[in-house]
Amino acid sequence: MDFTLSEDQAAFQDAAQRFAAAELAPHAAEWDRSAHFPVAEMRKAAELGFAGIYVAEDVGGSALTRTDAALIFEALAEGCTSTAAFLSIHNMAAWMIDRFGDTDQRQTWLPDLTSMAKIASYCLTEPGSGSDAAALTTKAVRDGDDYVLNGAKAFISGAGVSDVYVTMVRTGGAGPKGVSCLIVPKDTLGLSFGPPERKMGWNSQPTAQVILENARVPVANRVGAEGEGFKIAMAGLDGGRINIAACSLGTATSALKAALAYMGERKAFGQKLGQFQALQFKAADMATQLEAARLMTYRAARSLDARSPDATLHCAMAKRFATDAGFDICNDALQIHGGYGYLNDFPLERHVRDVRVHQILEGTNEIMRVIIARKLLGDLAAAS
Amino acid sequence: MKVLVPVKRVIDYNVKVRVKPDGSGVETQNVKMSMNPFDEISVEEAVRMKEAGVVDEVIAVSIGPQQAQETIRTALAMGADRGILVKTDDNLEPLAVAKCLKALADKEEPGMLIVGKQAIDDDSNQTGQMTAALLGWAQATFASVIKVDGDHAQVTREVDGGLETIKVKLPVVVTSDLRLNEPRYASLPNIMKAKKKPIDVTSPEELGVDPAPRLQVLNVAEPPKRAGGTKVEDVAQLVDKLMNEAKVI
Repeated sequence: MDFTLSEDQAAFQDAAQRFAAAELAPHAAEWDRSAHFPVAEMRKAAELGFAGIYVAEDVGGSALTRTDAALIFEALAEGCTSTAAFLSIHNMAAWMIDRFGDTDQRQTWLPDLTSMAKIASYCLTEPGSGSDAAALTTKAVRDGDDYVLNGAKAFISGAGVSDVYVTMVRTGGAGPKGVSCLIVPKDTLGLSFGPPERKMGWNSQPTAQVILENARVPVANRVGAEGEGFKIAMAGLDGGRINIAACSLGTATSALKAALAYMGERKAFGQKLGQFQALQFKAADMATQLEAARLMTYRAARSLDARSPDATLHCAMAKRFATDAGFDICNDALQIHGGYGYLNDFPLERHVRDVRVHQILEGTNEIMRVIIARKLLGDLAAAS
Repeated sequence: MKVLVPVKRVIDYNVKVRVKPDGSGVETQNVKMSMNPFDEISVEEAVRMKEAGVVDEVIAVSIGPQQAQETIRTALAMGADRGILVKTDDNLEPLAVAKCLKALADKEEPGMLIVGKQAIDDDSNQTGQMTAALLGWAQATFASVIKVDGDHAQVTREVDGGLETIKVKLPVVVTSDLRLNEPRYASLPNIMKAKKKPIDVTSPEELGVDPAPRLQVLNVAEPPKRAGGTKVEDVAQLVDKLMNEAKVI
């Protein structure tokens, strides 16, 4: 086992850390306050290859591994959690087209997505189906060379701004086998958006419903065969879980650094906070949790890169652990800052608000436990 | 025209530097190292000159241990064409560095050397000037603008009184100042491409340079801690303190 980064990985991480420190971190608080979607900065990120990290090179991708991507998202989230998380969604949508799309679809969509000339959103969740994604009801009925779409998608990051919506729809009967994946362009007639959601965090990206009313999408925009949509959605989620775990790592790193710096400055009862054992122990636990979360996330990414049969299990475990640890670390860092931690002038409350959703999306942490338990008990059943 | 750009591996500018307990130097074990920021500016300038069609080839040189190759890779990822590692585990002083650069310049015959005005570790600000003297070339230090025009270059220098523009004959040694440009970030695809670019390895000995130091470091110490201020009661006390304690009036 080797726990050191390769020279390349160190270079990718360094590039992402520098970018995050210079282009994201100085603006993160303002973007949060004004709910600004930093398209210009994301396009700069795309110039560096961050918009198609694991997309093939022939369409402008960087063709790196999931492990490389985890290092990059971790570094970006240290600058701005919400923007890093949106980039991860864009990357996932682009990857789906790259991995499951045909030659025409790849050439049509991906060069614009890897440069972020066009921005992509991913539409799986519906108002009535979240964790139970296979119950989705957005209908796509074939009519000649088109599908006619009716339904709604909920909590869609980038909705209203994104140019491309990679959307899971029902083309067949009930259950996972009736789901297909369609690329829905923003200018599709019958596509509209709900009002912007007011959220706890992730404010640098717009979130809204995507509404489809007799929206016509060419059959040529279907990614994969009819009925393959759910498989594509699930394949995307393994990587998505690593990315979101990595975003939690980055934010927690930032929160821990802030807490340690504060403990070295702030005095109470005649000594620095860092001299109180209670806070020393808290900081030690935070750093230990963070390290454990980091190792699990990298391990899961390695499993996915190696196409290990345990990849889904490892991704679920890492997502559950890293996003829980990330929230706890940010919350503890806020606590160490006392009243200042609660103020918007300090980054801690933003960190807490931003990472909270990581425990919910890409499969809630309860669903992660379902996946883990199913795998354990399934293995048990197979052995008996 | 070729441009030779020396790139030094130094402690990263974000790292809080710690002095070794025995006072023999600063701690470099387990410390993040990166390219000297002024050298990054030099690489950026050379790459821009190449993109503008003024320069054909950009060669990045680093003098240091095996790990200095990573610094060369960074330069290659930014757009330099090839690298030369002058491998040594000794800590070379500016004169020895200048002699290595002279030997390389004699061999490569570049039209310009763009050298960072100083390295942020020892802040010597000597290498560029010494190299120009050894080569017998013109020198244009503290550059904030470089324009190449035929066999001359016009360089705007940052001097105490403002800006000074001089015309120098090529070949020339230019040292880059902070405002020359804003270096680009290396992109992921370019980091990958940099791996395929060649890096030649040589040594001070192969270049005929004696790396032995001319200077002896007696002691390295932390700067004195800033003492807290005090409040004075009135002007008389202030004047008294300025005269008798600070001894400034």
